[in-house]
Amino acid sequence: MNENQGTFRDVYLVDGCRTPFLKAQGQPGPFSASDLGLLAARELLLRHPLEPYHVGEVITGSVMPSCDEVNISRQIALRLGCGHRVPAWTVQRNCASGLQSLDNAFQDIRTGRHDIVLAGGVEAMSRSPLLFNQKMVAWFAKFQQSRSFGGHLKLLPQLRPSYFAPVIALLRGLTDPIINLSMGQTAENLAYRFGIDRQTMDAFAHRSHQRLEASVESCYFNKEIMTIYDDKGNFYDADNGLRRDSSAEKLAKLKPFFDKPFGMVTPGNSSQVTDGAAFMLLASADAVKKQRLPVMAKVVDCQWAGVDPAQMGLGPAHAIASLLTRQKLQLDDIDYWEINEAFAAQVIACIRAMDDEDYCKSELGLEKPLGSLDEEKLNIDGGAIAQGHPVGTSGTRLVMHLNNILQRKQGKYGIASLCIGGGQGGAMLIERITEEQG
Amino acid sequence: MSEQFLHWNIQQDNEGFVRLTLDRQQASVNTLNDEVLGEFNEILDRILLGKLDAKGLIIDSGKFTGFIAGADIEQFKQIQDVNYAFELIRRGQRIFAKLEQLTIPTIAAIHGFCLGGGLELALACDIRIAVDDPSTRIGLPEIKLGIHPGWGGTIRLPALIGPLAAMELMLSGRTLSAGAAAKLGVIDAVVPMRQLLRAANQLMRQPLKKKKLALWKQFFNILPCRYLLHGFLQRKVMEKAPREYYPAPYIMLENWLKDSGDSEAAYINEANSVAKLFTTETSRNLLRTFYLQEQLKSLGKEHNFFFRHVHVIGAGVMGGDIASWCAMKGFRVTLHDKSPKALAKAVQRAKALFTKKLKKPHLIRQAMDLFIPDLTGEFVAKADLIIEAIFEDLAAKQDLFREIETLAKPEALLATNTSTIPLDEISQVLKQESRLVGIHFFNPVAKMPLVEVVKGEHSGSIHLQKATAFVSHIDRLPLSVNSRPGFLVNRVLLPYLMESMQLLEEGVPMVAIDQAARSFGMPMGPIELADTVGLDVCYQAAKILTEHLSGHIPVTLETKVTQGELGRKSGKGFYEYKKGRLLRPKLPKNYQPSKDLTDRMIYRMLNESAACLREHVVENIDELDAGMIFGTGFAPFRGGPMHYAKRIGSHTIYQRLNDLASQYGERFKPDMYWTYSQESTKNLYQKAKI
Repeated sequence: MNENQGTFRDVYLVDGCRTPFLKAQGQPGPFSASDLGLLAARELLLRHPLEPYHVGEVITGSVMPSCDEVNISRQIALRLGCGHRVPAWTVQRNCASGLQSLDNAFQDIRTGRHDIVLAGGVEAMSRSPLLFNQKMVAWFAKFQQSRSFGGHLKLLPQLRPSYFAPVIALLRGLTDPIINLSMGQTAENLAYRFGIDRQTMDAFAHRSHQRLEASVESCYFNKEIMTIYDDKGNFYDADNGLRRDSSAEKLAKLKPFFDKPFGMVTPGNSSQVTDGAAFMLLASADAVKKQRLPVMAKVVDCQWAGVDPAQMGLGPAHAIASLLTRQKLQLDDIDYWEINEAFAAQVIACIRAMDDEDYCKSELGLEKPLGSLDEEKLNIDGGAIAQGHPVGTSGTRLVMHLNNILQRKQGKYGIASLCIGGGQGGAMLIERITEEQG
Repeated sequence: MSEQFLHWNIQQDNEGFVRLTLDRQQASVNTLNDEVLGEFNEILDRILLGKLDAKGLIIDSGKFTGFIAGADIEQFKQIQDVNYAFELIRRGQRIFAKLEQLTIPTIAAIHGFCLGGGLELALACDIRIAVDDPSTRIGLPEIKLGIHPGWGGTIRLPALIGPLAAMELMLSGRTLSAGAAAKLGVIDAVVPMRQLLRAANQLMRQPLKKKKLALWKQFFNILPCRYLLHGFLQRKVMEKAPREYYPAPYIMLENWLKDSGDSEAAYINEANSVAKLFTTETSRNLLRTFYLQEQLKSLGKEHNFFFRHVHVIGAGVMGGDIASWCAMKGFRVTLHDKSPKALAKAVQRAKALFTKKLKKPHLIRQAMDLFIPDLTGEFVAKADLIIEAIFEDLAAKQDLFREIETLAKPEALLATNTSTIPLDEISQVLKQESRLVGIHFFNPVAKMPLVEVVKGEHSGSIHLQKATAFVSHIDRLPLSVNSRPGFLVNRVLLPYLMESMQLLEEGVPMVAIDQAARSFGMPMGPIELADTVGLDVCYQAAKILTEHLSGHIPVTLETKVTQGELGRKSGKGFYEYKKGRLLRPKLPKNYQPSKDLTDRMIYRMLNESAACLREHVVENIDELDAGMIFGTGFAPFRGGPMHYAKRIGSHTIYQRLNDLASQYGERFKPDMYWTYSQESTKNLYQKAKI
């Protein structure tokens, strides 16, 4: 027990499960976000001796639920069979929504509000809608109000071709309206600031694919990824964003997507647009004993930080710095790292920032740099560039996978961190349980 | 009210509207019998005489289960002669006529079952409103009991919704949802339960609008057109039910042709023909079938039941269909198979079933959420009931159950869906042999109402009770059978199939064989049935059964299987299929079927039934008949094979079997049961209750 936690209770990670991540193929995917959430949570709970109604709260991170999925968490809870009495809420902190849900679960258990919380994240990015633009909406409203046939007829010539231009919700969602920059453009900012070249980015992306391929071959995801089935007779048992034929040459051929035509951030060195869901089960020591649950790791702490929205990719550096300081830990005390690969440039920038004396002093308020992060401990099984980044889900996936790595490698501490659109960062510290729990 | 009625509650509000609520004493369901109708008649008289000063009348039900499920069938049993039946029907007609003639507005407020006499009562009201809920079922299913509606239904319904729709509804006996009934015009308004009485009260205040039937619907009332429609419908009926066995639809159509109007004569015609139909053999036997069904339904109802989670192993067609059926009935179901492809197919099939049966997207999704593929098989640990449905191999099943026993909850019930392997051979590998029972479904699960609950030598009675209760909970009919080879249904069916193939080998055209069986009243000929079940499945079953019992497997069957012609599923079996549709060859010209054709097939079935009774596969002839009717569709109007045998007489059957044996071989040798029962006919049938 950590003494300075006072009356706070320990919070255990029991288990986690996720759907395969399905890359958006230019049309709506086979599953809605709540379908995916249900599948992952259902499988997770079935593995353990408890029933859905034993859960105290269901917390789900989701960035863009569809209009049929308002408070998607409650929908998942009810479809799961939690019953009417189990409350559920949906959290949104953009790309870290799936980490936010874990943090809330952590708080709920730590403070004694709940004993068992089901927390996770869902996203079906392929199903983000096309919307009518405001001009069209206004025209529709007038059409509705006019009750006569003649009135309707009069309105017809007012229709303009421009009214039919749809609003692509996904692209709007990936653009920061405060500074009018897309997420990719903020990554270009970081490349510019830290002098990261295209080759470095592509090499990073290539390594992500290679690492993922190796760990898939070693069956490291067997416990983590479940098989899911659509209703047309197909099944999905692996992340389909992995490019086994990835190479530096192929990546070099891709054109910049955000700063056309001179930029460096391409679809190849960015995370993929993906559908997927992940859930984890968190529990107090009491619940672990009562429900005879296994325990794998403890959630130690979680930290959020704000940064300049135009450099949102540096969020992890800020959150990690605060987290380490509070926990009186050094960079090297951490055995494994999962930093979300929103963009290759952005992860590289974080590593450089944490090792940069100037940045650590002026931006992080530290006396000396955090140090150099060993890339052999970072995203060792690949990341979002190869696996995909279903925005609401990734936070949960990172913690889940970090936990699996700690188990596999017998590590002690691990940190999972993400950058967040709008200029934030989040980081969670977990610790593997080494001795038998009561 | 100064005087209380036993079955009806009368409430009057301050505006003078009367709410008349039927709440039949000592019954969970409202049905109409003499007493209930007598009270109703008296209440109507009071209104007519002004003793009860009603400004309007709302009729509803105090039962949770529904409005009125129909006439009390118990009363049917007492009907012995035509005159008595006629009087009984006329009495009901007169009471409903009285209701119809009231000058105040009358409204039937319907929830749940509104069938037969219940709907006829509602039809005599001015307005009908019904609750928009899946439990609401509206229809005139009398035809299924070998009669037709008798309390004015055949006259009021055509007048209300036109003859075409009305006849279709009454001929099929199908029931409608509230929405569908409203679309046809049977129901005037569909409302949620919370608005039922408000709606009734409000409609009461509005002036009555007598709806006129759309012109095109009246079209068929013109005499020449009536002949046209009559001819058309009669041909339709002939395709399904021969007049010889099912006279009711023909008579109903003729009544309408004779007298389509709302005249006294029409009502007398209606009463007359129902009275006659009541006393026919068909109606008696269909009534028997109905009671057999009720008897099976009632089994397992009272048991304290706690199952929530069913785990099915084997995602073949059978396992998958069992799983999807259970999920549709509200159980959490995990379906285990090592092949993700098989699971994916099962999910697809489940979706198709739910879409067909549940229709509404949120209900389909609810069922899908309960249908859980399980690739690793680990969810067996969560199950309350585990049903094995893998291929028929003893060693494989033994291995599986050995493993299951170590993983399952100690209180979980273990069941096998085997159709051929004796239970005790499987259960011998268990530490606790009493845990294993058989729950044997028939293919296709969604269509076959019967499920055999198989008792092995060691099966514990508490476990059998649980299994029976489970089968009831998924709305199937549980039939308790002892674990003899083939149990009941397959065992009795197999000799019939084998004989049909024997006939085939002798050169009888298969169309003639199938036609003979269908004319007897089987829903499908044996050759077509074998093709539908799958010849490989038949062969496998035949192999195991002939090992345990006697007989041989026809060579034709064996060749077909080795040639990969497996029936409907492979596009070719005995028949050929084009896109799943059977291509029926023509009967050769001037073909004269042998006089023994039908008997050879049917008597083998009868003989095997007798053997099953002698060996106590089932307890009595009621159970045997129920098994064959609901498990194979054995001509329901014959009341089941043993009921049919009873009518012919044991002695005659014994002799006929002896004749057949001398002519066609030992397989027809009469079972000992027949000789035994000749000595004491009483003994044979003593256990029959129905």
